[in-house]
Amino acid sequence: MAPKLPPQHPLEHSTATTAGQAHEHDDHHHYGGPGGIKRWLLTTNHKEIGSLYLIFSLSMFFIGGIFALVVRAELFQPGLQLVQPEFFNQMTTMHGLIMVFGAVMPAFVGLANWMIPLQVGAPDMALPRLNNFSFWLLPVAFGLLLSTLFMPGGAPNFGWTFYAPLSTDYGPPSTTFFIFSLHIAGISSILGAINIIATILNMRAPGMRMMDMPLFVWTWLITAFLLIAVMPVLAGVITMMLMDINFGTSFFDAGGGGDPVLFQHLFWFFGHPEVYIMILPAFGIVSAIVPTFARKPLFGYASMVYATASIAILSFLVWVHHMFVVGLPLAAELFFMYTTMLIAVPTGVKVFNWVTTLFRGSITFETPMLFSLAFIVMFTIGGFSGLMLAIVPADFQYHDTYFVVAHFHYVLVPGAIFAIIAGVYYWLPKWTGHYPDERLGRWHFWLSVIGVNLTFFPMHFSGLAGMPRRIPDYALQFADFNMVSSLGGFLFGASQLLFVAVLIKCVRGGEKAPAKAWEGAEDLEWSVPSPAPLHTFETPPDMTSQAPQRH
Amino acid sequence: MTPVQRTVTRTVAALIGMYFFAFALVPLYDVFCQVTGLNGKAANQPRAMSNEGVDTSRYVTVQFITRSSKGLPWELDVMTRQLRVHPGQPTEVEFAFTNKSDSASWGRTVPSVTPSEASLHMRKLTCFCFQEQRIEGGQRVAMPLVFQLTRDLPSEINTVTLVYTLYPVENKDNVSQQVQRTWREGGDA
Repeated sequence: MAPKLPPQHPLEHSTATTAGQAHEHDDHHHYGGPGGIKRWLLTTNHKEIGSLYLIFSLSMFFIGGIFALVVRAELFQPGLQLVQPEFFNQMTTMHGLIMVFGAVMPAFVGLANWMIPLQVGAPDMALPRLNNFSFWLLPVAFGLLLSTLFMPGGAPNFGWTFYAPLSTDYGPPSTTFFIFSLHIAGISSILGAINIIATILNMRAPGMRMMDMPLFVWTWLITAFLLIAVMPVLAGVITMMLMDINFGTSFFDAGGGGDPVLFQHLFWFFGHPEVYIMILPAFGIVSAIVPTFARKPLFGYASMVYATASIAILSFLVWVHHMFVVGLPLAAELFFMYTTMLIAVPTGVKVFNWVTTLFRGSITFETPMLFSLAFIVMFTIGGFSGLMLAIVPADFQYHDTYFVVAHFHYVLVPGAIFAIIAGVYYWLPKWTGHYPDERLGRWHFWLSVIGVNLTFFPMHFSGLAGMPRRIPDYALQFADFNMVSSLGGFLFGASQLLFVAVLIKCVRGGEKAPAKAWEGAEDLEWSVPSPAPLHTFETPPDMTSQAPQRH
Repeated sequence: MTPVQRTVTRTVAALIGMYFFAFALVPLYDVFCQVTGLNGKAANQPRAMSNEGVDTSRYVTVQFITRSSKGLPWELDVMTRQLRVHPGQPTEVEFAFTNKSDSASWGRTVPSVTPSEASLHMRKLTCFCFQEQRIEGGQRVAMPLVFQLTRDLPSEINTVTLVYTLYPVENKDNVSQQVQRTWREGGDA
């Protein structure tokens, strides 16, 4: 840590002091740093780094999506048509890894970079150079991960959960590269989390109390603490794997006195908080969008904060529900079943608050609102199938079937991904100064909703009928469900091209957006011009005089 | 120290703490499993026979499953796949190790008890699984397991399954202190 870290890029700083506050509103290009590629390599500006994160995440979303489509194409019909089972396993593994660590997590960090300083009235993130470093670790990590596809023996093929001994004893030689890339990606998330915590705790505008913060900031603060708590555990687990593979230790090797089940405990001790890392910021985004388009303040702000914190705490007490079938005493199964079901309570509080915010609201259905409403409905469907999976005796049947695949895709695709897309549509006017194309946005929304449900809803049925996960071939009775799933998958994948079209169109032009782009939007980011100038809140806004926003 | 530096120092300290906590979980898990008998880990040391008498009113079925693992050209057979015992009754079962390769090698068997609650009630007086073994190429060796189920075995447990998995051990022929061979030698395979 450099003790004398300047809050801004030195070159920008000098421009900023001469340009001053007066120029902030009419001059969007008072950038004094290097141009071209160096500008992006060296940038310390939270908005530019936020954009980099979002662009990176979008490209990973498409790469991971192509892997998913390879899987769906193979599963279009029973029998082996397109790929060999070994490659199929690599595709399911890489799809999971890329989507979790490369698409969803960086997208949320990108939104945090863009919006948290704007929402708390800070000029930038607390540690701008660290911010640059944590972004540029990501292309390295995922370049390395993708390069394993071209290595002898192929890419990792043991599923995104990389259970030992599948990954240690039976994994391909590229497993060591996979471990290294995950280490780098983990360091990136950890550094991002440190930065977000430091920003939220120390850089809020004078007079902004913790309970005045927008919920996106709150949910990200809690997410960042989860990251700090569990990413080191992931780093520890993969370090143990590395040592088991290369240095002859036996952490997970029963022959040497280790225990493969220990791997599952350690992995899910990280893994369950990890799935909340991927959903809590989504709650924050939806909690910003729903009140805006219902033109009502959010119902139950404080209960939202406490519900988020409860979910985060409970997430450390439920990990064993991923491993009900490894052989556990009855007491453990009961304990983890009840704690898992307990999570439905704070989650229910959230859904109740969103619905109550909508009640008697003056609702309009712009694209961000459409995605948020779809989020509420379909995330809840995913929550309900989660409750079914929490029931131990039922889980014995559902375990490792497509029912599980349906469950977690409902909470991740129309959950996390829809919330990210909603957030992008919501904040695009602030980023680009133009409204996104509403007509294209609606097409994107409806095709995505139809595609997602066609893909994942039949998986509930094929799972209940007994179709196992991660298998390139299947019995004939699952053929129709799988064909529908595959068609839906290709529809969903193709409709994301519309999203890219909307983004490009919006960056290039479109209807000009005012500072307060949406009628009901009340948070601090809507007080700066659209598009947001490179530097905002160099003089912090005074929140002490403002009427309490939420109470 | 600025407030930002203080926050960063604390988060980094928490990070380092959690990293070492992950490693600390490994021994903690072992201790937890030994104390509670979770995970079917039976004691790795011979235990004295308990003389609490035999509970003739009750039968428990004990099953044996043997498995080989990769990298060790051995076969493990059990002479009696399943038997019914009374709690408290010491029982001997013969296992046969066969080295199917031409050269001598080292291996060990790792036991696991199902249901895991039974592992606390499984007393092994003698077990081939307590030591690593060396078997000459082509040799077949018979080794005993003597076990006793304690009388306080929970009444809902009617079947106990013991799984023995073979694992290779690094060649220890150069190590001077060899494990003492206490088992009886069988004929050639």
